[in-house]
Amino acid sequence: MGHVGRTTLKMVEWILLIGVGLVFVFPFLWMFLTAFKTMPEVYQFPPSWWPESWQVENFRKAWSSGPFLTYVWNSLVVAVGTLILQFLIGVPAAYAFARYRFKGKNALFGLSLIALMIPSQVIFLPVYVQMSHWGLVDTLWALILPFGASAFGIFLLRQSFMQVPDEVIEAARLDNASEWKIMWTIMVPLAKPVLVTFGLFSFIYHWNDYFWPLIMTNSDSVRTLPIGISMLKAAEGGKQWNVIMAGNMMLVFPILVVFFFAQRHIINAFVYQSK
Amino acid sequence: MRKAVAAPQISGISNPTKQQVRAGVTQAWMERLRPYLYVAPALTFFFLFFLFPIAYVIYLSFFDWTLLNLEEMDWVGFENYSALLAESDFHQVLWNSLVYTVSTVVLGILLSFLLALWLNKKAKVYGVIQAAVFSPHIISLVSVAMLWMWLMDPQYGLLNALLEMVGLPGYTWLAETKSAMISLILVSIWKGVGYNTLVFIAGMQSIPRDIYEAADLDQSPWWRTLTRITIPMLSPTLFFLLVINTVSSFQVFDTIYVMTQGGPINSTNMLVFYIYEQGMDFYNGGAASAASVILLGLVGILTFLHFRVMGKRVHYQ
Repeated sequence: MGHVGRTTLKMVEWILLIGVGLVFVFPFLWMFLTAFKTMPEVYQFPPSWWPESWQVENFRKAWSSGPFLTYVWNSLVVAVGTLILQFLIGVPAAYAFARYRFKGKNALFGLSLIALMIPSQVIFLPVYVQMSHWGLVDTLWALILPFGASAFGIFLLRQSFMQVPDEVIEAARLDNASEWKIMWTIMVPLAKPVLVTFGLFSFIYHWNDYFWPLIMTNSDSVRTLPIGISMLKAAEGGKQWNVIMAGNMMLVFPILVVFFFAQRHIINAFVYQSK
Repeated sequence: MRKAVAAPQISGISNPTKQQVRAGVTQAWMERLRPYLYVAPALTFFFLFFLFPIAYVIYLSFFDWTLLNLEEMDWVGFENYSALLAESDFHQVLWNSLVYTVSTVVLGILLSFLLALWLNKKAKVYGVIQAAVFSPHIISLVSVAMLWMWLMDPQYGLLNALLEMVGLPGYTWLAETKSAMISLILVSIWKGVGYNTLVFIAGMQSIPRDIYEAADLDQSPWWRTLTRITIPMLSPTLFFLLVINTVSSFQVFDTIYVMTQGGPINSTNMLVFYIYEQGMDFYNGGAASAASVILLGLVGILTFLHFRVMGKRVHYQ
């Protein structure tokens, strides 16, 4: 192939690359642009590309259409609370599975792997009935407790604990450190990369989750952000796409910012399961 | 890795006192108990929120009950199942789930395999495009659903504007039965293809380089390298993606709930949405729990297959 041929090919590839990139990125950009438009501009066909005047007003409208401060707070409580619980419960379990020999270990580990494969959408009904027996429906507990033990987290941590050389632990034991102390002060700091990975995965999952809060809550005081955003759609006759997209930005923007700065970590966190 | 059970400190010369022995025995017990104590909280949670619910929903499926009054449950045996299987709405739901799952999984995996072959290169651009393709995966499905509803708006949406720009008629998107299903499949592929692509790329990068070098030395043409090396070496990855994508297609709910509510005329009603509707809106606990058991069975079969094939890799890596 001649030099010119190769250059053309390269250019065609660049155009295709940009095209593919746009297919995935442009919808977000469109969300952003719509969020700043006026209503007449939204309902204009063919659409205008760039907002004529940037309407920050849309964000205020979205924010004041419901108790959004409460929604954001609840989302944070659920995402962070879940993560803390998963950490406190997961570390000892992962340590035991990685470092001890005991009867029934393989069976118990296999049992926890089942939890990895059963999506919450499949068993929400019985869990809902249980929760209502316990009087926990419509509380934040119903959003946190079912995810308290993460099979994925235990699995990741176990791998990481298994890689710590025996000598490190033996040395600590010679220093008379208790097993409990070894676990929290030696093993956990060594597993920091895995903890960051898992933390990002879990936080993003629960920040985004729509299904579970939709099922488990029905009053404003315990609703999370995704529910609040979806209710913008139902509010006030006629779809105010600019306000809806402004609300949507509140949900999407933090995640995109984190993704921008911690791309490698996040991709690892999500793709890890396949390895 | 064997953990020494902390033996009582018996030095060769002096005999231990009774107290020392007793302390040693308790300590030995403690050491044997320790692993169980460490795994107990996690297992308690798994039991309460996974294992018990599985058993419980099977139990519930034999009763006539509603969420409005959980005290009153009437045993009906297999009636819920026979009623469900006789109902044409439910046949439609099963059919919709099948169409959606097969299309999403097959097209999604095919597309991401091609993307992975193309984008698995060192230069920085490819990394940037990989990240772009992946980005919808970490965005809330409810945002994605609303964004696409807006893009697919038949009158003012961007997609129809673009179609018009190139001289094509507008599409009906969510407004008609056939196009509504196609629209949902499209959104699901758009959201998931980046994840699949990156999983494929990770798989491709773990294929030992020397195999390719050997193929180069033999002057093997690219298509033979692809069909004889790349694809066979990727079979565990491919299998993993098939299972993961099928399970996640079974659990589709958010897009249906936000974008179509199962309509028009039940054309996008699928299993999880059906369970939700029956259980939470129509207060038909019997039908909802029987449908849950059927869904659980489908996921169970896939899980079983998954562990049969992947089990060894998962346990002994």
